[in-house]
Amino acid sequence: MAAMLSIDNLHVSVGGKEILKGLTLAVQAGEVHAIMGPNGSGKSTLAHVLAGRPGYQISAGTVRYQGRDLLALPPEERAREGVFLGFQYPVEIPGVNNVYLLKAALNAQRKQRGLPEVDAFEFLGLVREKMKLMHIEDSFLSRGVNEGFSGGEKKRNEILQMVILEPRLAILDETDSGLDIDALKLVAAGVNTQRSPERSCVLVTHYQRLLEYVVPDFVHVLVRGRIAKSGDRGLALELERRGYDWVTGEAA
Amino acid sequence: MSESAKQLESLIARGYQHGFVTEIDSDTVPPGLDEDVVRLISRKKQEPEFLTAWRLKALRHWLTMKEPHWAHLRVAPIDYQSISYYSAPRTKKDGPKSLAEVDPKLLETYEKLGVPLHERARLAGVAVDAVFDSVSVATTFRERLAQAGVVFCPFSEAVRTRPDLIERYLGSVVPIFDNYFAALNSAVFSDGSFVYVPKGVRCPMELSTYFRINALNTGQFERTLIIADEGSYVSYLEGCSAPQRDENQLHAAVVELIALDEAYIKYSTVQNWYPGDANGVGGIYNFVTKRGECRGRNAHISWTQVETGSAITWKYPSCVLRGEGSIGEFYSVATVNNQQQADTGTKMIHIGKDTRSTIISKGISAGAGQNTYRGLVKILPSAQGARNFTQCDSLLMGPRCGAHTFPYVEVKNPSATVEHEASTSKISDDQLFYLLARGIAAEDAVNMIVSGFCKSVFKELPMEFAVEAQALLAISLEGAVG
Repeated sequence: MAAMLSIDNLHVSVGGKEILKGLTLAVQAGEVHAIMGPNGSGKSTLAHVLAGRPGYQISAGTVRYQGRDLLALPPEERAREGVFLGFQYPVEIPGVNNVYLLKAALNAQRKQRGLPEVDAFEFLGLVREKMKLMHIEDSFLSRGVNEGFSGGEKKRNEILQMVILEPRLAILDETDSGLDIDALKLVAAGVNTQRSPERSCVLVTHYQRLLEYVVPDFVHVLVRGRIAKSGDRGLALELERRGYDWVTGEAA
Repeated sequence: MSESAKQLESLIARGYQHGFVTEIDSDTVPPGLDEDVVRLISRKKQEPEFLTAWRLKALRHWLTMKEPHWAHLRVAPIDYQSISYYSAPRTKKDGPKSLAEVDPKLLETYEKLGVPLHERARLAGVAVDAVFDSVSVATTFRERLAQAGVVFCPFSEAVRTRPDLIERYLGSVVPIFDNYFAALNSAVFSDGSFVYVPKGVRCPMELSTYFRINALNTGQFERTLIIADEGSYVSYLEGCSAPQRDENQLHAAVVELIALDEAYIKYSTVQNWYPGDANGVGGIYNFVTKRGECRGRNAHISWTQVETGSAITWKYPSCVLRGEGSIGEFYSVATVNNQQQADTGTKMIHIGKDTRSTIISKGISAGAGQNTYRGLVKILPSAQGARNFTQCDSLLMGPRCGAHTFPYVEVKNPSATVEHEASTSKISDDQLFYLLARGIAAEDAVNMIVSGFCKSVFKELPMEFAVEAQALLAISLEGAVG
């Protein structure tokens, strides 16, 4: 069976500056991978390129998602095919109701799979159940997308969207940054409910703190646009002890 | 331009949906304007003497006036002598008595526009008056309204059946000398709708007028007068469209609303006149004077407008808050795309004690469109305890459009409270990508963001029109993503 995600020798630049310089990574179904690395190493670029954000020039390399050429798909197609990006900075969209967006997103995905649109009543039940899991208040139902949300609420909303959309491949871009310990545990619980043999997750993170709650199968350290070191959870702990200089020095 | 900006640009180009012409035999007076033309119009409508005199007075005054140029608009010169001031589909009699007498071609036109006039086919609960060029061609549900005592008929008919009300109220809110276009309208107005809701009556259905300009080189000068007597309620809607033509056509309407003690008038407009093509050729000049007067205690007038069409829009639906405790509201969405220009807003004139007004204006600019909000909040010395809240938001799509805001505030009473909030924003690449990344198609994503922006206005529209307004907005912004 094809890998969930297979990145081979990926080169990406932004405005003429090369950020990813030959990145190679394979994620099998059921696996959780953590991508760590110092600021500016290309972590967020990787997350955005996988989700299809415009503005990046891909000069070489391939990305295959379940055997298909992911880079050939527009962003909305990727989402409908089960790729989910949890944003580092979720944007506010005033006046667009949270539930309305969630329902539109779920239906776009169901349509792609030839399933009927979700019944409104059933959908609301599902949303309420998942809101409970993420400790999100009822008032959320009537608010605009991220409108007036605190930083922590925005991150919890990203995870709420994820658990409702049940992506095959979830890419979480520093979802843990700026969260207090309680919010971090909620986010981790949300991610853990998604673990299954059919689904994979790529956690982009600067700190190993999240990995105490979501135990990854693999940890990779991204340095200057390439994976400099891979290992298991022990690598994250060692990074915390010794700092990124340890790897960046070695990689230099 | 960023990727998504290009995407936005390419999304705005489906074009105008109502641009067809109906081939119908019309009775059109030759172009030009003088006293004879005014007399002719008045005679065609079998008007009483007072009205002919009123029109002539307006014309004589208009001839002394100068076209206003204070708005933030570029207007190509208008040759008032090349316009035909009256055009009517030829019928055997003066106005059909029932739908059976209406020319089937006209019925077909309104079907095409999505305004079926057959009562059985109508959305439950909306009575329609259809104005084609200069005359009203059909008014539906008249019997049911008559049972409630509500008068809803073509203006020209009201002149014959209720001359008392016309003489008393016509020009009492917008005097003939008010402004250049109001004076012109007063001289040559042809038809429009008339509504009278008697004391204590809650109008049993939504009233609606659909205006259609069809003939070439004609102007439309309709006149609408709505009187809500003490303690009554009425909700009135108007829709507009015109064929696609290379010439500019003038639409200079006057709307007057009068709300007596405890009366409530809700007036909604979905304006979709032909906006001209992408290069700014053709389109309607929409120069309209709309004003309501809260004449009684606790009277309430609420304007809601969704302006998506016209090459140029110049209109300021306003409220004169004379009655103590009366309320004026203005909710507006104005969209400009391609070469469209809009200079629109409102005036809230607080005269009575404890009068309140709310202004919510949402301007959307795309293509090379220029959108101006112009508003006046005036609190007179007598308006003890008056309050106003104004919120004025602009949304820009793409790098070539413009948004301008001119809020004027004049406060002559120190007890008044006036609040003003304003914002200008762009549809950001971040917002667009966020929705794309959730599987929403680009066009839907833009519509979602724009609808969200307009939400506080759309919720003021009656349900079925809110849906239409959203659809229109989506069409008028097609290709505007940027």
